[in-house]
Amino acid sequence: MKKNITQNIGFFLLFACIIATLFFLGTIIYFIFTRGIQIISWEFLTQPPRNAMTEGGVAPVIVGTLYLTLGAMVFAVPLGLACAIYLCEYSPKSIVVNIIRISINNLAGVPSVVFGLFGLAVFVNFLNFGVSILSGSLTLGILALPLIISASQEALVAVPHSIREASLSLGASKWETIKRIVLPTALPGILTGVILSIGRVAGETAPILFTAAAFYKRGYPKSIFSEVMALPYHIYALMTEGTHPDKQKAIAYGCSLILLFLVLFISGIAIYLRQRQRSYHG
Amino acid sequence: MNYKRIKEKIYKWIFTVLAFSSLFFLVGIMIVLFKEGTPIFKDVGFFKFLFGSKWYPTYEPPDFGILPLILGSIWVTAGAIIVCVPLGVGSALYLNELAGFRQRQFLKPIIELLASIPSVVYGFFGMVIVTPFLQKTFNLPTGLTALNASLILGLMATPTVCSIAEDALSYVPRSFREASFAVGANRWQTLTRVVIPAAGSGISTAIILGMSRAIGETMTVLMVAGGAGVIPKTFLDPVRPMTSAIAAEMGEAPMGGDHYHALFAIALILFLITFVFNIIAEIISRRFRIKLGLSG
Repeated sequence: MKKNITQNIGFFLLFACIIATLFFLGTIIYFIFTRGIQIISWEFLTQPPRNAMTEGGVAPVIVGTLYLTLGAMVFAVPLGLACAIYLCEYSPKSIVVNIIRISINNLAGVPSVVFGLFGLAVFVNFLNFGVSILSGSLTLGILALPLIISASQEALVAVPHSIREASLSLGASKWETIKRIVLPTALPGILTGVILSIGRVAGETAPILFTAAAFYKRGYPKSIFSEVMALPYHIYALMTEGTHPDKQKAIAYGCSLILLFLVLFISGIAIYLRQRQRSYHG
Repeated sequence: MNYKRIKEKIYKWIFTVLAFSSLFFLVGIMIVLFKEGTPIFKDVGFFKFLFGSKWYPTYEPPDFGILPLILGSIWVTAGAIIVCVPLGVGSALYLNELAGFRQRQFLKPIIELLASIPSVVYGFFGMVIVTPFLQKTFNLPTGLTALNASLILGLMATPTVCSIAEDALSYVPRSFREASFAVGANRWQTLTRVVIPAAGSGISTAIILGMSRAIGETMTVLMVAGGAGVIPKTFLDPVRPMTSAIAAEMGEAPMGGDHYHALFAIALILFLITFVFNIIAEIISRRFRIKLGLSG
């Protein structure tokens, strides 16, 4: 009888853990949503800021985040995919390849502020791109690179050997097999990885802190060499700079809600896709 | 035929070049950190830099001792572990053991989704909601403390820990459980004496990766840890972890100066710490897979 009492207590504690987790995380979303929704209007989404960041909207900030994310993907997706294809299909199976694989996995765990410093030293100072969309996009792209490589690799490895061999036995060359057989089969997995990394990149602040972001910039960015306002940095700057804390806090709530919505929406798509693939493969 | 063979060769070369150019970037990070970080070791001395107790980089003469920053990182990370291990592992056990199929199909993606909330949103929440709450509750001069940072970081790492730990638990073969039931153990005994030990190394991988995430997190600690670069005495003191020192001071540090190099050296140390954590996690998880007879 005693062992059943222990079991009940134990199971109750586990239940309490998940309730607490969902409650606390739910609280964050609840506060951001209820307070953020009050300031969000058509004007907030489509107008530039006015009166020293205390009125108007955040349209250029949203556009800035889109530019940075897009730039990062233009850079990271082809490179990451090519790297994964090389590692899975072309590279000889050796210790060197294994070391490369392990270091890519490790780089996915490097703190994002370290990527920021790398961007500052290389893109901003050494290559002289200055604090700009270009520097920020490249920095974010490098951050996304390991994520894209490992997701693509996983998808490519999952393609059964038998269908590769079937293609080769019909006289297709190696590249034809990769293009027509392997990539289409692996595409859903690769896409999931890419979408997840979009969500990650859109919300990152530390890498753009010294490479791209500005608190205030009049109007929309004009070229890839201009500084840019971005949602995550804007939230931080609104809370730590400026002279009207109360009005800025309200805008920060609005920005947080937009960012939260954006990131959860993008990641939601990726997780939905992954869930479907999992049930498809059993 | 010859044309086709040349084309194949060209594609192979294109992929090789692209692959190595992306590796070049990744290796470049290490080179830059070493190149920009090591000069400060020569100027200040490695041990004085690492164990000096004063961090006054802008004074004249400046003090570059990063012990307060390292301790700041250790305090908030330790605090975060206290929060995220019970919550994350407990939730994972619930999902794996108690939740029905449908409940799990529903909750697992939600937990994964919550893991993607940007850190700046956590930091913002910490500033506007948790800070005033702590200040009132403990009657403090400021709510921006190590405790605040620990709570927020812990909460932030919870979904990550939960998701990885649940994966590890789901790899435990069914036969293990059935064998335990067959000798008369109840579900709780099976869970604590068979399933948890079997998944133990997978769960510790989850915890190590959670720790690695907490120690490298920047925006949250920059916003809620308070930023005082002195050695903390209690959890209610403001602290300045390594990441927030880099983020807060890089803007003012003149390029190529001692302060600039010192911040790169901090990044180098941070890089090495997370690198070691990740290697350990990798080794443990490989052993775990071998132990359960999964492919390495």
